[in-house]
Amino acid sequence: MEQILYAIPFLGHGLYITLLVSAIVVALSLFLGVLFGVGLVYGPWPVALMVRIFSDCIRGIPILVLIFVVYYGFPQLGLNMSSFWAAVLALTLFKTAQVIEYVRGAIGSIPRGQMEGAMSIGLVFSDRLRFVIFPQAVRRFLPPWINGVTDAIKGSALVSLLGVVDLMQAINQVIGRTYEPMPLYLLGAFIYFAINYSLSSLSRMLERRYSYIRD
Amino acid sequence: MASEHLLDIRQLAKSFGKHQVLKAVDLHVSKGEVVTVIGPSGSGKTTLLRCVNFLETYDGGSIRIDGTEVGYRNDGPQRRRRGEVDLARMRAETGMVFQSFNLFPHLTAAENVMLGLRRVRKKPKREAREIALHWLGRVGLGHKADSLPGELSGGQQQRVGIARAVAMEPKILLLDEITSALDPELVGEVLDVVRQLAGDGMTMLMVTHEIAFARDASHRIVFMADGMVSAVVPPDQLQAAAAENDRLRSFLSRFSATAH
Ligand SMILES: Nc1ncnc2c1ncn2[C@@H]1O[C@H](COP(=O)(O)OP(=O)(O)O)[C@@H](O)[C@H]1O
Ligand SMILES: [Mg+2]
Repeated sequence: MEQILYAIPFLGHGLYITLLVSAIVVALSLFLGVLFGVGLVYGPWPVALMVRIFSDCIRGIPILVLIFVVYYGFPQLGLNMSSFWAAVLALTLFKTAQVIEYVRGAIGSIPRGQMEGAMSIGLVFSDRLRFVIFPQAVRRFLPPWINGVTDAIKGSALVSLLGVVDLMQAINQVIGRTYEPMPLYLLGAFIYFAINYSLSSLSRMLERRYSYIRD
Repeated sequence: MASEHLLDIRQLAKSFGKHQVLKAVDLHVSKGEVVTVIGPSGSGKTTLLRCVNFLETYDGGSIRIDGTEVGYRNDGPQRRRRGEVDLARMRAETGMVFQSFNLFPHLTAAENVMLGLRRVRKKPKREAREIALHWLGRVGLGHKADSLPGELSGGQQQRVGIARAVAMEPKILLLDEITSALDPELVGEVLDVVRQLAGDGMTMLMVTHEIAFARDASHRIVFMADGMVSAVVPPDQLQAAAAENDRLRSFLSRFSATAH
C-alpha cells in the first residue's frame, strides 16, 4: 500500500500521457473524419472512392498491426518519428476511419429533401451543411462517437507496446518494482473506468438534449 | 435572344440513364401569370419543376429566367455547369414548395423562413425576423412563429413552406403537388394561400391534381403526357380540348369519376 502511494506521482504522469494521446487522437480524427466523411457522401466519385478505400483498408487491419506498421514501416519510407508520434498517428488513422463511418451514417439518416429544401432557398453548400445537415446529423453522430472516444482512451493503452510511458506502462513499471500486480491493475482498471463512465454519462445527457428533434 | 417571358423553356430534354423523362418540352410563363401543369403520374411534371430550380441537371434545350440560362453558362460553343455560388444565387430567384414540405425540423417556423433571408439575402437578424413574421402572418401563422415543424399540422407546415419560399421574393414560385401529402380537410387552407398569392400577382408554375382549383386559379393549363407537352389551353377551354385529345380526355375522366 505504501509503495502504491509512493508511485502515485509516477502514475499521475502516465495518466497525463494517456489523456494527452487520447485528446490528440480524438481531436485529429474528428477533424479528418468529418472532412473525409463529407467527401465520401458528397464528393465527386474519385474522392468518394479514395475515402472508401482508405476507410475499408484501415478498418480491415487490427489496430495492433497498424501501430507496428507505422512504427517500423514509416522510417523505411524516410519518415522518422518518435514512438510517441508513431503511436498517435496509428491510433489517429484507425479512429479517423471510424469517424468517417459515423459521419456517413449520420448524414445518410437525414432525408434527401432537407438538402433540397436548403438548395431551394439559395444556400451554398457550406451553409447547407452548417445550418441544415450538421445540426440534425449531430444527434445521430454523438452516441457512437462518444462511444468511440471511450474506445480511444482504452485503446491508447496500446502505445505502451512502443515503450511510451502512459498510464498502462507506468503501472507495469511500478509492478516491476513492487511485485504487487493485483492492487495496481485494479487501480488502473478503476481509473480507466472512471474516465469512461463519466463520458458515457455525458453521452446520455447529450442524447436527451437532442431528443426534441422528432423523426 | 430577347424574350418577353419571365420563364422560357425550350426543347428541354432530360434522361435518367436510358429512360428519357422529358422530350423537347416547350413552355413559357410571363410575369404575373399562373400556369398549372397537369398529367398522369410519371409524365415528368416533377422533373420539369426540379430542372427549373436546378435541383436536377438537364441534357438538352434551355431554361431561361429573365433571359439568363438556368444551371449552365455558354463558354463559346461549350455548355458548362455554373459554379456553386452562381447556382445558389439563381436558385434563390426561384422559390420551391415541395410535396413533402421539407421544412427544417430543428428550426422554428420563423427560423425556417429567416435562414435564407439571413444567409442569402444578408438581412440583419431583426429585419429577417420582421420579414418572417410578416409572411407567417400572411399565411395565417403569425401565432405559430416560434413552434417547431413537429408541433404543426400538415397544412400549417405547408403554409410555413410557402412562407419560406415567398419571403425570398423569388421571381417565380414553383409548387409541386403541395397538397398531395395532406389530409383532405387541410387542403383548403393551403389552396387559399396560393389563391391569395396569385391575386397579388405572384408568378407561379404549379403541378396539381386539384383540377377544379387549377381551373379557377390559373391563366393557362398545360397537359403533359410521356415527357411531352400534349396540350396548352386556357382553363375554360379544357373540356373543349379534351374532345380532341384522347389522352387528356381519359386523364380528366378519372377525376370527374372521383370528384363526388
Ligand atoms: N432520380 C430519378 N432517377 C431515375 N428515374 C427517375 C428519377 N426521378 C424521376 N424518375 C422517373 O422519371 C419519370 C417521371 O417522374 P416525375 O417527374 O416524378 O413524374 P410526375 O411528377 O409527373 O409523376 C418517372 O418514370 C420516374 O420513375
Ligand atoms: Mg410528381
